[in-house]
Amino acid sequence: MKSQKIKILFVVVALAAIAIIVPNTNSFVLLLATRALAFAILVMSVDILLGYTGLASLGQAAYLGVGAYLTAILATRYQFGLGYDFWLVVVFGILLGAALAAVFGLLAIRATGVYFLMITLALGQCVWGLAYRWNSLTGGDNGINLRARPKFGIDLANEVTFFYVVFGFFAVSLLLLYTLVRSPFGRSLTGIRERELRMKILGYNTWLHKYLAFIIAGGFGGLSGVLWAHTAGIVSPENVVLTTSVDALLMAVLGGAGTLVGGVIGAAIVFGLREYLSTLVPWWQYVLGAVYVLTIFYLPTGLMGIPERIRQRRAATASKDQEKKLASVTT
Amino acid sequence: MNTQFWLIQTFNGVSYGALLFLVGAGLSLIFGVMRIVNLSHGSYFLLGGYVALSVIWTTNSWLLALPVAALTIGVVGLLMERFFLRPLGFDPLRQVLLTVGFAFLFQQAALDIWTGNNFDINPPEQLTRSIVVGGVYLPLYRVFMIATALVIGLVLWLIMEKTRMGAAVRATVDDAQMARGVGIDTSRISMLIFSLGAFLAALGGVIGGAFLGIYPGLDFEMLPLAFAVVIIGGMGSLGGAAIGALLVGLADNFGKALFPEVSYFTLYAPMALILAVKPTGLFGRE
Repeated sequence: MKSQKIKILFVVVALAAIAIIVPNTNSFVLLLATRALAFAILVMSVDILLGYTGLASLGQAAYLGVGAYLTAILATRYQFGLGYDFWLVVVFGILLGAALAAVFGLLAIRATGVYFLMITLALGQCVWGLAYRWNSLTGGDNGINLRARPKFGIDLANEVTFFYVVFGFFAVSLLLLYTLVRSPFGRSLTGIRERELRMKILGYNTWLHKYLAFIIAGGFGGLSGVLWAHTAGIVSPENVVLTTSVDALLMAVLGGAGTLVGGVIGAAIVFGLREYLSTLVPWWQYVLGAVYVLTIFYLPTGLMGIPERIRQRRAATASKDQEKKLASVTT
Repeated sequence: MNTQFWLIQTFNGVSYGALLFLVGAGLSLIFGVMRIVNLSHGSYFLLGGYVALSVIWTTNSWLLALPVAALTIGVVGLLMERFFLRPLGFDPLRQVLLTVGFAFLFQQAALDIWTGNNFDINPPEQLTRSIVVGGVYLPLYRVFMIATALVIGLVLWLIMEKTRMGAAVRATVDDAQMARGVGIDTSRISMLIFSLGAFLAALGGVIGGAFLGIYPGLDFEMLPLAFAVVIIGGMGSLGGAAIGALLVGLADNFGKALFPEVSYFTLYAPMALILAVKPTGLFGRE
C-alpha cells in the first residue's frame, strides 16, 4: 500500500524532527516533551485496548503505578537500578505490569462494553487504595521522592540525555506496537473489535486474544511507569488515581483511537495545555475541558482522523459535482 | 475492642452508608435507564455542597440551603442531559468521555467561584448534639442522615412501585426499546432520571459536607465510592443501591478502623470480584 508507506515516512520524519528540535529549545519544553513521551507509552497501551480491541479501560494508570512504585522503592530503599541495573528495573517493571494485567485480566476480560469500563475502574482503585494507604511501603499520600537518576556511562541526570533515553524507549515501543497491530494477531484483535461473535464463529479464541492484548498493554504500562518515575522524580498516589486513567483514555481519543501515534499527539496537547497554559492563564482547565467536549462532539475519530474526514468530504462534493455534470449533460 | 467499639463503628458505617445511598441511588437509576456511566456524578455532590455554602453565607439558613442546592444542581443535570448527552445518541464511550470533560469543567468552575479552600457546612445547633442510647453516645446529625436516607429511599420506592411514572421508569430499565415500542417517552424519562440523580447527589453533598468538608478533589473521591455502591447493588435497582450503600459504608468504616493500611483495597477488591462473577451486580437484573 502506497499511502501506508507515506504515512510511515511522515511519522518517521516527524519523530526525527522532534529528536532534533526539542533538545535545542529551552529546558521547559524539554521537560514537557520528556513527560509527554513517557506518558505517551501508557496512552499507546490504552490504544491497543481501545482502538484495536474495542475495550475501553478506565484503570490503565494502575500499570503505570506499579512500574513507577517499583522503580521508586528499589531506588530509594535498595539503591537498585541507579547504574547499569537500570535495565533490569526496566525489565522488572514490564514484567510486573504484565503480571498485574495477567491477574486483573482474569477478572476483567469476560466483561464487555460499559461493564469492562467499570471493572477496570474498580481494579484501578484497588491499586490506588494500596498506594494511598499502605504507608510503610508507598509513603502514603506524600509518595516517594527519587533523589537521583541512573548513571551508567551516560548520566541520566542530564536532561538532554534523559530526553533521548525516553525518546528511544518511546520509538522502540511505537515500533513494537506497530508491528504487533500489523501482525496476524493484531488483525484478529481488530476483527474482535469489529464483530466478536463472527470471530468466535470463525474459530478464534477471542477470550485469549483479548487476554493477551490486555497483558501486553499492562507490560507497556509498566515500562511507562519506570520512565515516569525518573521523569517526574516523585511517585505518589496521584499517578494511580482515577483521573490519571481518565487522562490516558482521553488522550487516546483526542489523538485518534486506533492510530497509535495519535496517543503522542493527545499526550503532547494535554501536557502542553496543562503545564504551559497554566503558567499563562488561571482558567486553563476550561480550555482543556472544552477541548475534550468539542473533540467528542465534532471529532469522534480524533485529530488523526481529520485528514480522512477532509478527504471524505472532498470525495462527497466531487461526486456531487460529477452527478450535477451528468445531470446537465443528459438534459 | 469491646461491644462499644463495634456498636459505634456499626452506627458510623450505617450512617455513612445512608449518605452513600443518596449518591449511589441516582447513579444507579441513571445507569439503569440510560446505560450511561456518569463520571460527573461526583461533581454534582461537590457542587451541591458549594451551592449550599453560598446559600448559607447569604441567608444564614441551613434548612433553605438543602432544597436550593439540590434543585440548582438538578437543573444543571437536566440541561447537561438535554443539550449534551442527548444529541450524542446511544454511544456509551463518547457519553462517558463527555461526562469526564464536564467533570473537569465543573472542577475549574468550582475553583473559580468558591476558591480552593476547605469549607465546612455547619448544620443548625439542634442537630449537633448527641443522644445517649444504651450507654452509647450517638451524634444526632448521623441519626438525621440515616432518617433522611430512609425517607428519601421510601419516597423513591413508592414512586417507582406505585405510580405510573415509576412503572414507565422500570420498563425503561428492563428494556428501553420495548418501552418505546409501547409508547413510553423514554427520552423524557432519561431527562427526568438524570436530573433526579443530580438532585440526589447534590443533596448528599449538602448533608455530607457537614462531616466530610467541602474541598476541591472531593468530587473524584466520592465518584468511585458511588460506583462501588452501584456495582455491588446492581445497576438500575433501588433496593440494590440501598444494600450496596450499607455494605460499602460498613466496609469502608470497618476497613479504616481495623486494617488502615489496606482499607481501600478491602473496599474495591470485593467490588471487582463481584463484577467479575456477576457483572450486573448482586441484585441487578439483565
